[in-house]
Amino acid sequence: MLNPQVMVVGAGPAGMSAALAAADCGVKVLLVDFFSEPGGQLVKQTHKFFGSRGEHAGVRGIEIARLLGEKVRTHLGVELLLDTQVLGYYPDGVLTMERTVDGESEYLKARPRRLVVCAGASEKPLAFPGNDLPGVYGAGAVQTLMNVHGVMPGRRAVMVGAGNIGLIISYQLRQARVEVAAVVEAAPVIGGYAVHASKIRRLGVPILTSHSVKEAHGERELEGVTVWRVDERWQGIPGSERHFEADVLCLAVGLSPLAELLWQAGCRMAYVPELGGHVPWHDEHQQTSVPGIFVAGDAAGVEEASSAMVTGRMAGLAAAASLGSCPHYRELAGEARAQLEALRAGPPGEKIRKGLARLEEVARRAG
Amino acid sequence: MRIGEHPILTFPARRKVTFFFEGRPLEGYEGEPIAAALHAAGIRVLRESPVLGRPRGFFCAVGNCSSCLMVVDGVPNVRVCVEKLREGMHVERQVGKGDLLGAVAAKRGVLRAGGRGGEGGA
Repeated sequence: MLNPQVMVVGAGPAGMSAALAAADCGVKVLLVDFFSEPGGQLVKQTHKFFGSRGEHAGVRGIEIARLLGEKVRTHLGVELLLDTQVLGYYPDGVLTMERTVDGESEYLKARPRRLVVCAGASEKPLAFPGNDLPGVYGAGAVQTLMNVHGVMPGRRAVMVGAGNIGLIISYQLRQARVEVAAVVEAAPVIGGYAVHASKIRRLGVPILTSHSVKEAHGERELEGVTVWRVDERWQGIPGSERHFEADVLCLAVGLSPLAELLWQAGCRMAYVPELGGHVPWHDEHQQTSVPGIFVAGDAAGVEEASSAMVTGRMAGLAAAASLGSCPHYRELAGEARAQLEALRAGPPGEKIRKGLARLEEVARRAG
Repeated sequence: MRIGEHPILTFPARRKVTFFFEGRPLEGYEGEPIAAALHAAGIRVLRESPVLGRPRGFFCAVGNCSSCLMVVDGVPNVRVCVEKLREGMHVERQVGKGDLLGAVAAKRGVLRAGGRGGEGGA
């Protein structure tokens, strides 16, 4: 049985930041991740970040993964346990894990005094005939295949979703010499930043707004995609169909928080579409309704990597403070809060602000 | 297909290994996910769905969705998007749900038989 003061599940941007913040307060931290390298989904993000300088604006995601990864590997207060899948949370506060070494697995248990869940999010599917054909992928899957493993997903792609993820990955497909036939977006406007949209338009990739997938075609694998125009009630308009030959269809239609451990721990959950679905209620210290259990990053509500680093730091600081180990908590948490407010300001942060307000409302109504 | 030139990324040289897909020898890189090696070889149909027998490939690539379950060295329900490739692995398309208990029993049987053989030889 491992008995860390703080255990952090997930070594992505949020988890690494949480572990470092707590360890800097002098707390012993166990940081666990399923993958063989720390970094989470940063390891495939070849684009440069926006956001604040404190969170590495202007630096590529893969570089941020390397920088933070180096810190968690070398920090004396952080024990990094890789290739380790957390399996469950039990009523006595014990977490079970499976660790794989050279193809053989061992079973581990931990009872931490404080738990910080930074498990991230999973990609949402989309309902249409043929959506289960090989060749239909989450957009992030294609990014992993190309940017981490150096493999082309196919020759010609259609992208669904013109938010930042859809736009950025369309550009990255082109960098891997995969043709992009079109980007389709059901909303009447492009959701992502204009700078990303302009980049792919300059490459001649059309962005079809008010369009969605009608059907994916293929015998054993994807061979083509029919898209059609949708009306203001998101219904397809017969007669407006367009067909694209494609062996890759990428879905960039949002993410859902991975909150299974928090469900198991009995944390109060709320359904908030703006935050990606079912999210754990949490206060401004990132603490859930179960004292001693904190949540940060996409698991707390889908946002983006810069804010994940700040919510992670906040959770790490709060966990350390609750153990009496963060004498300057007020000041440090105040700084983090100001950074979050800046990241969530303006039109791009509107959805998050709405979502967080709704989270409060749902919790209040539930009493 | 593997990505050759890339404007940002360089892919480090890795050790080539041989593995078997449905008995057929293929090459891949040691430690990469099995699914990446299969993809690079143009193989995208990884299993057949249990009820309708529809072909399935991989969807999330990070171990979340269970779309890519295959039989690896006799063990079913292996998520090949995150299972690392090793020399000599036998990878098969999974049809249906996969008999996990049977696979465990068979593996134990092999281990026991191997143990006895070792003792006998010593």
